[in-house]
Amino acid sequence: MYKLIIKINVVGKLGRVWIAYMPTQLVWDKRFFVVFGQNASRCSKQVASPKSHGGEKLIRCLVIGSACSHSHPLPYLEKKKVYFLARSISLLSSLSFPLALSSPTNHLYSLAAMSIFEYNGSALVAMVGKNCFAIASDRRLGVQLQTVATDFQRVFKIHDRLYIGLSGLATDAQTMYQKLVFRHKLYQLREERDMKPQTFASLVSALLYEKRFGPFFCQPVIAGLGDNDEPFICTMDCLGAKELAKDFVVSGTASESLYGACESMYKPDMEPEELFETISQALLSSVDRDCLSGWGGYVLLVYAALLTPTEVQEKILKGRMD
Amino acid sequence: MGDSQYSFSLTTFSPSGKLVQIEHALMAVGSGQTSLGIKATNGVVVATEKKLPSILVDETSVQKIQLMTPNIGVVYSGMGPDSRVLVRKSRKQAQQYFRLYKETIPVTQLVRETATVMQEFTQSGGVRPFGVSLLIAGYDDNGPQLYQVDPSGSYFSWKASAMGKNVSNAKTFLEKRYTEVMELEDAIHTAILTLKEGFEGQISGKNIEIGIIGTDRQFRVLSSSEIDDYLAEVE
Repeated sequence: MYKLIIKINVVGKLGRVWIAYMPTQLVWDKRFFVVFGQNASRCSKQVASPKSHGGEKLIRCLVIGSACSHSHPLPYLEKKKVYFLARSISLLSSLSFPLALSSPTNHLYSLAAMSIFEYNGSALVAMVGKNCFAIASDRRLGVQLQTVATDFQRVFKIHDRLYIGLSGLATDAQTMYQKLVFRHKLYQLREERDMKPQTFASLVSALLYEKRFGPFFCQPVIAGLGDNDEPFICTMDCLGAKELAKDFVVSGTASESLYGACESMYKPDMEPEELFETISQALLSSVDRDCLSGWGGYVLLVYAALLTPTEVQEKILKGRMD
Repeated sequence: MGDSQYSFSLTTFSPSGKLVQIEHALMAVGSGQTSLGIKATNGVVVATEKKLPSILVDETSVQKIQLMTPNIGVVYSGMGPDSRVLVRKSRKQAQQYFRLYKETIPVTQLVRETATVMQEFTQSGGVRPFGVSLLIAGYDDNGPQLYQVDPSGSYFSWKASAMGKNVSNAKTFLEKRYTEVMELEDAIHTAILTLKEGFEGQISGKNIEIGIIGTDRQFRVLSSSEIDDYLAEVE
C-alpha cells in the first residue's frame, strides 16, 4: 500500500473508499489507486516514497476518479473500472479505516491512521479475588485524538452475577452488548435460570465467530460468579478466541501497560477491599501512559459471602483528567 | 359425523375444533407396541415390548430404545421410522446447543425442541404428523425427568406413564403400584410387572427392552441377560 497525506476534494464515496477529483490529471497507477491533482510530479514522488512525509504509518487507499459532474471525465478510465478498483481496494483494506474528517470547506484531511481498535480508545481490566471479582474500565470516549465524552460506560450488567466489559470500537461494543442482552433474556425465559459465566463466554465466542469475515471490532472481558460462588474471568479477541485466566485479564488500547501493572500488583486470594485498591491502581497507572484512554475510571466489585446476598460496589475513580 | 369431511386435510380444523389427522395419528400410536416409563427418586426407567414380526428376524439388530445424548434416552410407541427421524433431529439439536453454550442441553430444552419439530409437522403443507409418541427419560441438574411427547407436539412431565396398545391397563396398574419414594431398582421391577400384565406369550430378555438412567447420568440399555436376571427376581 502506498502511504501519503493528501488533500483532496471529496465528491463521492463507494463503500469505504473515497472518490474525489482534483483539477489536473496525474498518475495512473494500475495497482492501487489513481492520483489526480495539482503538483502532479511532487505527488507522484510522494506516492513512490512513503518516507518523504516523516515516516508516518498510514494506511490509506484512495481512488480518485471522475465521479463528479463538473469534473473532466478521464479519457482512459471508465466508471466501471473505477468502481471495480474501488471495490477491490475496499476489500483489501477492510481493516483499515479511512479517517475522514470533513471540514466545512469540503476538504478532506486524512490523518494519522490508527487501527480500528484505537479509534475510540478504551481500557478494561478484570481481576479475581477471594470469592469476589472486580471489573474496571476507563471513562473516555474519543474520536481519534479528540475526547468526546468523559462518562462513557463500557462495563455492562448481564445479570446480578455476570458482567461484561467491551473494548474497541464503541459502536460495536454497544451493539454487541445489545445482542448479548437479547440472547440472555431469551435464555432466561426459555430455561428459567440465569446463564452461567462459562456458558455466557461460549455464547459470546460463538457470536463473534459468526462474523468471522466481517468482525465486530470489540474485545470483550467477561467476569462473573459461577457455581459455588467461584469467580470466573475471561477475555477473547474480536474473533472469539477465548482466553481463560485465573488471575486477571486486560483489554483495550492500554492493554500493554495494564498487563505490566497487573502482573506486578496482583496477588492471589485478595480480599474485596484489597482487590479494589489493586485494580484501581493498576487501571489508573496504565491509562496515564495511554493517550487514548483515561479521564477517570469506573470499578465494579462483586463479592459473594456466605449467608449474605451478593454485594455489588460501584465506584468512580478520579485520575488524571486528560 | 361431520368430522369425516375434514379428516383428510391436516391443516383444516373440523367444526368440532379438532384436527382429525392428529386424532388419527394418536390412533396409530395406540395400535403400536406398549411402552412405559417410571421416574424414581434416583433415576428413570423406560421399557417396551419388542415383538418382532417373525422368529427369523435377528433380534440383536433391533433396538427400540435409543440415546439422544449420553444422559437422555427415548423410547417410542407407533411407527418406528418416524421415531428415527425425530431422534436424528433431536440429536442434532442437542449438539448444536452444546456447540453454542458448551453446556449439555437440559432435558426440558431438548423435549421442547423435539415437541416443536412435531408441532411444525402439524401446521405445514404437504406433510403429515408423526405417528409416534415418545417417552423421553433423562437426568440433568434438575434431577431425573420423564416426558411424553405426542404427535400434536404437546408434552407433559410424568411420574409414570404408558402408551401403545395396552395403555389403559398399564396406566391403571402403574397408578396402583407407583409410590413417590420408589428407587430405581423398584422401578425396574414395577416396569417389568406392568409389561407382563398385557404381554401375550412368554416374556423373556429377548422380547422386551429396558433402558435406565441413574445418578451416574449415563443412559444405558440393559442387555438381554441382565433383563433375564431381573425377570428371575420378579418371579
